[in-house]
Amino acid sequence: MEVLEKKNEIQDNLLKNFEAKIDRGDAIEPRDKMPDAYRKHLIRQMSQHAHSEVIGMQPEGNWITRAPSLRVRQILLAKIQDEGGHGLYLYSAAETLGISRREMIEQLHSGKAKYSNIFNYPALTWADIGAIGWLVDGAAIVNQVSLQRTSYGPYSRAMVRICKEESFHQRQGYEIMAKMMKGTKDQQEMAQDAMNRWWWPSLMMFGPHDSESPHTGDAVKWKIKRSSNDELRQKFIDKTVQQAEVIGLTIPDKDLKWNEAKKCYDHGPINWEEFYRVISGNGPCNKQRMAHHVKVHNDGAWVREAAEAYRQKKEKKIFH
Amino acid sequence: MATDSQLAMWEVFMQSKPGANYIHAGSVHASDKEMALQNARDTYTRRGEGTSIWVVPSDAIVASNPDDNEMFFDPANDKVYRIPTFYVMPEGAKAI
Repeated sequence: MEVLEKKNEIQDNLLKNFEAKIDRGDAIEPRDKMPDAYRKHLIRQMSQHAHSEVIGMQPEGNWITRAPSLRVRQILLAKIQDEGGHGLYLYSAAETLGISRREMIEQLHSGKAKYSNIFNYPALTWADIGAIGWLVDGAAIVNQVSLQRTSYGPYSRAMVRICKEESFHQRQGYEIMAKMMKGTKDQQEMAQDAMNRWWWPSLMMFGPHDSESPHTGDAVKWKIKRSSNDELRQKFIDKTVQQAEVIGLTIPDKDLKWNEAKKCYDHGPINWEEFYRVISGNGPCNKQRMAHHVKVHNDGAWVREAAEAYRQKKEKKIFH
Repeated sequence: MATDSQLAMWEVFMQSKPGANYIHAGSVHASDKEMALQNARDTYTRRGEGTSIWVVPSDAIVASNPDDNEMFFDPANDKVYRIPTFYVMPEGAKAI
């Protein structure tokens, strides 16, 4: 009994020290003592973030061979390469918490780990590439700018690096939309159609309303999350409405209006039924996205095996 | 060797320009040092962030334990005479 009490006392002190550090605004580094729940929350969030970057390459990759000019094809290729890079920054940061990349990929394939719901929607036209860059990356940037101040050092540093690179992504998307809105009537309609399909899923990217969000409590207390879902969503809406107006696109929300008292836009109700339907695996592309990832992973196994065999052969040569 | 090996882990250090310190950038996976260098280049220098890279096998890094900080870094704390402002200079002395 005494041993147990002693153990609890030690645990309490560790938690107190940890929370004092968080309150001071100190970053938590990989070798620091941290509560299991903090580590688990980070692994869940960071691996989901990493998987999202990688799965996000699929809807855009679909358009590399169909891009309407060499200029935009090169740009799209560079953007998708960045997304792969961002996935790697995040896997690397998550690995500092003691989980391996192999485990993270296994969890993605088994369905234990998730990725952003937005990538379960298809990129049907070239305007969708514009909408993805402008709206989806735009929403991601709002979230990631906030996460630059997250309490876990390696995550924060990865976010700083990612934010530096993301603004090119959003600009390339907005440029596509702006060009199409200056084009023929068909092109304008195509841009508006993409806007109509991507607007609401982009708002859903910030997750459920604060009143419904199951992970918020500890994540806020431990400064993993620095702004709430609704705050970030509002920020995104407020900056995007003006950008849409400038190029002549209509936001597909009849309830959207400026609230002079609150100095921000009010928006209509979000279709959370759709959100939960897609997140539980019944979106337009869930199966396709996962099947593709599993196939590419398995198809690439021989490359990893060959690289490993080559290393072993070289080592033998050195030592004999 | 499992077929789904993600290869060994390497820590990446980058120098942003000649004369600068090498700073830790993150890690990469690679089977050997050549691949580690190439992966580090592809992952961390897509915008000319570096002019020189070091890669080190992650298991070769030895790190201090934050729990021991008080004891480990203690010798530095009680030698204030290592800091220039410790000394009182005669009034009127210049360029010192």
